[in-house]
Amino acid sequence: MAGDAPLLDVRDLSVSFRSGGRDVPIIENVSFAVCEREILGIVGESGSGKSVTAMAIMRLIDDPGVTLRGSVRFRGQELTTLPQKAFRTIRGREIAMIFQDPMTAFTPVYTVGWQIDEAIRVHERLSKAEARARTVRLLGDMGVPDPERTANRYPHQLSGGLRQRAMIAMALSCNPALLIADEPTTALDVTVQAQILDLLRNLRTDYGSAVMLITHDMGVVAETCDHVMVLYSGRVAERGPAAAIFSQPAHPYTAALLDSIPPLTGPRPTRLPSIAGAPPAPLERPPGCAFAPRCHYAHAACDILPPLVRCAEQEVACVLPGEGKALPPRMTERVEA
Amino acid sequence: MLKSLLQRLGQTVFVLFGISVMVFLVFFATPGADPTARIAGKNASPATIAKVRQEYGFDRPLPVQYATMMKKLFITQDLTSYANRGEKVVPEIIKAAPVTLSLATGGAVIWVVVSILMGTVAAAFRGTWVDRTLMAIGLVGVSIPVFWLGQVANLITQARYHDTWLFSWVPPLGYVPFSESPVGWFKALLISWCTLSVLFIGVYARVLRSDLVTVSGEDFMRTARAKGLSPSRVLLVHGLRTSMITFVSLFGMDFAQLIGGGALLTEVVFGLQGVGRLTYQALSSLDLPFIMASVMYSAVFVVLANALVDVVYLFLDPRVRDGR
Repeated sequence: MAGDAPLLDVRDLSVSFRSGGRDVPIIENVSFAVCEREILGIVGESGSGKSVTAMAIMRLIDDPGVTLRGSVRFRGQELTTLPQKAFRTIRGREIAMIFQDPMTAFTPVYTVGWQIDEAIRVHERLSKAEARARTVRLLGDMGVPDPERTANRYPHQLSGGLRQRAMIAMALSCNPALLIADEPTTALDVTVQAQILDLLRNLRTDYGSAVMLITHDMGVVAETCDHVMVLYSGRVAERGPAAAIFSQPAHPYTAALLDSIPPLTGPRPTRLPSIAGAPPAPLERPPGCAFAPRCHYAHAACDILPPLVRCAEQEVACVLPGEGKALPPRMTERVEA
Repeated sequence: MLKSLLQRLGQTVFVLFGISVMVFLVFFATPGADPTARIAGKNASPATIAKVRQEYGFDRPLPVQYATMMKKLFITQDLTSYANRGEKVVPEIIKAAPVTLSLATGGAVIWVVVSILMGTVAAAFRGTWVDRTLMAIGLVGVSIPVFWLGQVANLITQARYHDTWLFSWVPPLGYVPFSESPVGWFKALLISWCTLSVLFIGVYARVLRSDLVTVSGEDFMRTARAKGLSPSRVLLVHGLRTSMITFVSLFGMDFAQLIGGGALLTEVVFGLQGVGRLTYQALSSLDLPFIMASVMYSAVFVVLANALVDVVYLFLDPRVRDGR
């Protein structure tokens, strides 16, 4: 295998649900790659298809009305056609996932430690005691105080932050090469959020894991990610290195998202700029650029679906750079991690 | 945990006391009806009436009457029937209890095992013909009246096909005590167990299936799958275990009411002298002491079964343990 081949290579991934006798596309031709030890942020509003992308990669959507097209290669191995049984050895072991709401993500009737032991023992031949020893060590690594006692507690007895730490410990229990984190901090309060993000950022050095961080919060991306992919209404709006996108967004949607972050210095704006309107429902998605109805720069050329084109360091699905009218670099100061 | 157990026990005693007071008031302190005349029987001589009134303390205040009645029920156990003078009520019920207990327990074993199987398989094959067939069978089971099913079962096993190899082992209707012959006990009750459990299998399988389907949409089921567990482990270890909570509470209620005499129809059809049948006879002859005793008996079982369910809850659901 080539040394610089990406860890996860997603090409033209499309997911559609069958509804009322027609296929409703949820995500369309999403392509991206995650390299070893890289943190990729996937950003978008609710309903932009972030979670569906993650679930499709993990093949956790088993609704019979769903069709999945495209290719997902993990270390060169095609995942979309892998039999379920073979896929199970990848789930949890090679690609692990943590979810948005740590309150409901643990089975309520078993202790947290039991559930982490289970995750370890399903993939590795270890005795109960060995598994528990690793569980306790992992919980300790995740900054859980008194890990031995915590392992014997039930999910409802732990705070949200502790549960999310336990969740991450469970996800890391088999040293996965890739961790998919689906809005891991959304349900937590701000201080805990910062701690969890720290934890995720250190994973690549401590565990050698790449992270796919799904979020709707540009601030979280700025603090954490190397690369960013912006999804809008199930399509890629822009993707590229985080630094480039933050300093010079090429898609009006990305620019608008960045404008909605409150500045850290300078005078406080009385009102943050917001994007008027709402993203279109999958059924009413326009054939051209999906963002056009809300875009200040929309014109006739936007009626045709713009392909992803290279623009400076990133790729963008917008006609503006091709017309020589690229957006100006952002005037506001860079958000430093 | 011990504290919640003790608490529960205290509640049980309190509830039993409340029920006994209510039952007593309903049957013996109803205004305008003199229980003495009813207990003494039709055309009783004034001397008998006076004797009964004195014996039961009906000439004394209500609390004393209540205490006398409870003493006769639980301590001296010499409450006598009104329909058959001289027949002691409490020993009759104690004699009938093992019959009902055997019937309900055997039936419960069958319905729990079969309904868990049916519900789980149906949920695992949700939306396929397996699911639809099992649920249709369940619906049929719910809809069949138990007395009709019992009669048909009797017709087949006792008469029509009794002489074939399939049913020649079936003994004549009636009960064989377990202490006398365990095999005979089993044979005598097997057909009635199956008949009794059909209704419950239908109900429980459907309830369990829908619980499992609901639970399969929960976040923790997705987590379990994302861990790389096999579908059967996800369904059984994470789904079924969590769904058992509703199942157990339903079971507690149904089992208790069966033990308390709710299996009346099955007992009548299969000629079993159980508590249900006894209560039925007492009611049809308006045998007050008997009714009082059997109502108290079933109340005790319903309350005890509920207490037991609560204890099982403590084990099943850690959230209950912390009183949250």
